[in-house]
Amino acid sequence: MSDRYKKLFSRANGKGEGVFIPFTVLGDPDVETSFKYIQEMVSAGADALELGLPFSDPVADGPLIQKAGLRALEAGVKVSDCFEIIARLRQDFPEIPIGLLVYANLIEARGLETFFEDAGKAGVDSALIADVPVHEIYPYQSAAKNHDVEIVLVLPLEADQETTRSVASCSEGYLYLLSRRGVTGVETEAGLPDEAFMENLKALGAAPPVLGFGISKPEQVRAAILAGCSGAISGSAVVKIIEDIGSGKAQVTDLKAFIAAMKAASQKA
Amino acid sequence: MFVPEVLVPVLRQLEEVFEKTQKDPEFQKEYFDLLHTYAGRPTALTLCRNLTKGTPHKIYLKREDLLHGGAHKTNQALGQALLAKHMGKTRIIAETGAGQHGVATAIACALLGLKAEIYMGEKDCKRQEVNVFRMELLGAKVIPVKTGDKTLKAAINEALRDWAASFDTSHYLLGTAAGPHPFPTIVKTFQKMIGEEAKQQILKAEGRLPDALVACVGGGSNAIGLFADFISEKGVRLIGVEAAGKGLEGDQHCASIQRGKRGILHGSKSLILQNPDGQIRESHSISAGLDYPAVGPEHAYLNSIGRAEYVGITDEEALQAFQLLSREEGIIPALESSHALAHALKMTRTSKSPLLLLVNLSGRGDKDLVEVKKHLEGQNV
Repeated sequence: MSDRYKKLFSRANGKGEGVFIPFTVLGDPDVETSFKYIQEMVSAGADALELGLPFSDPVADGPLIQKAGLRALEAGVKVSDCFEIIARLRQDFPEIPIGLLVYANLIEARGLETFFEDAGKAGVDSALIADVPVHEIYPYQSAAKNHDVEIVLVLPLEADQETTRSVASCSEGYLYLLSRRGVTGVETEAGLPDEAFMENLKALGAAPPVLGFGISKPEQVRAAILAGCSGAISGSAVVKIIEDIGSGKAQVTDLKAFIAAMKAASQKA
Repeated sequence: MFVPEVLVPVLRQLEEVFEKTQKDPEFQKEYFDLLHTYAGRPTALTLCRNLTKGTPHKIYLKREDLLHGGAHKTNQALGQALLAKHMGKTRIIAETGAGQHGVATAIACALLGLKAEIYMGEKDCKRQEVNVFRMELLGAKVIPVKTGDKTLKAAINEALRDWAASFDTSHYLLGTAAGPHPFPTIVKTFQKMIGEEAKQQILKAEGRLPDALVACVGGGSNAIGLFADFISEKGVRLIGVEAAGKGLEGDQHCASIQRGKRGILHGSKSLILQNPDGQIRESHSISAGLDYPAVGPEHAYLNSIGRAEYVGITDEEALQAFQLLSREEGIIPALESSHALAHALKMTRTSKSPLLLLVNLSGRGDKDLVEVKKHLEGQNV
């Protein structure tokens, strides 16, 4: 197993700060532009990356990320192109943890072993499979393990103790805390875990919890860290800026400024 | 079940309540009372008088077209709506392709006092505009889906997205034998009276079971409803007819079983039309109700063990059967059901021994009149 996540979280912990992880869709709007944007995000302060493989039917995603995936697919982006982007990023940034966000059918189509072999070779540290809950994860996790890829699982804030226990014991690298119900998007704001919830996770020995869904403002990142999360993920807001750059409504500097502001908010005052 | 973690608890709740109600005599009584006194069960089994005249073959039609609402969909919409009430849910979301499931859902919701919101692909809204109006008359809200391929697949995506946020108050009344567990089981259970009735009816009429059952397969609800009670009758062939669209050679069809690959879509592992990367392909059929790039997992299973056979019928062949049944028997079938009939007729043309066939006439064709008229006029130009 790579220890990039472990190093990242212990470094952040040492400094008393949280981590900020931006999400974007690989190949949006095309391979080269996407690569360039992700480079910019890292140089602007992203601590780790959550990168989505474009999929035709992303049922866990709201309109912004759906459109981003379609833009990539319309540009002819293939899964192998996405792994190439990651391999290039890995060369440029040997230490940054890179997570994949993927729908199960893309893994099934390639075959579990081949998929994780390709992912591992490209330099992927973790994969979160949007439509595979913890009770179906076993075959995917075993294949991933063979190729040094960790599996990140999602835990809803309202999960019962049985699910919490399973997710806490299976999620590797970090644990994706689902801030609210519904799909990705900026329309509905994130909720926050309470103290008892965080105590429970700690007692179960869970990987560092990172809050995601509905996070689009620096004050939300701050609130997540203050609530005891190890970090926060923002996806739709990032994807929206990329969409706006494409239509001339924003600049690459806006993307960098957003990442920098979100990162700054993760550093406790 | 292959769904985001957030949907797992509501699917577990659904499974639990469904299993409990299966053993609850009051629930069963209410359901079957509705089927008998409201929906019009049992439906007739009709022997075609003219279609096979001068041949040794017989074709019986299971007349789900006579069911209230105009298709078999009402059977299970009533069942799931009752389940929703049992769970204390007040709002129903559903997807619809041809609009038949949407209409059935709207009917059940009007009757049982539930709020209905139906997702329907924008492309389907256009080709089935009469059904959109029917749903609205019945008090349902139709939400046109503008994402993805703008047909049934996109409508299911949107319904699932809605449900991930609304499941406390809403039940997703999925319309076909696909989707995450326990939906394929629920839909089969609430459709299996089709086969149970047909078995009794054909035994009474012919004194024996048919040589083959023939039913169209999109997601596969009417077919599994007809097949269920015959799966253990090894002497009866089970034939599912997929929409071959413009031909199985190209990409313009919905033949998930014949041309699909194993994969995961909408919560279940089954056969799916997809490209080598695993991106789901857009399917094509003249009939919106079959226009789905996957199939219920039990059909994929019945195919894999060789218990059921799956064949294709093109748009053109279905259109011919549509006209033939109208003219010869005075029954205007749904375009979906026309696929099943077309294959049954094909069998009678090539068989040397006399055949006794039972075709599921899953719906009536009123909803297709505008679309068929357009096609026929197009041919005359």
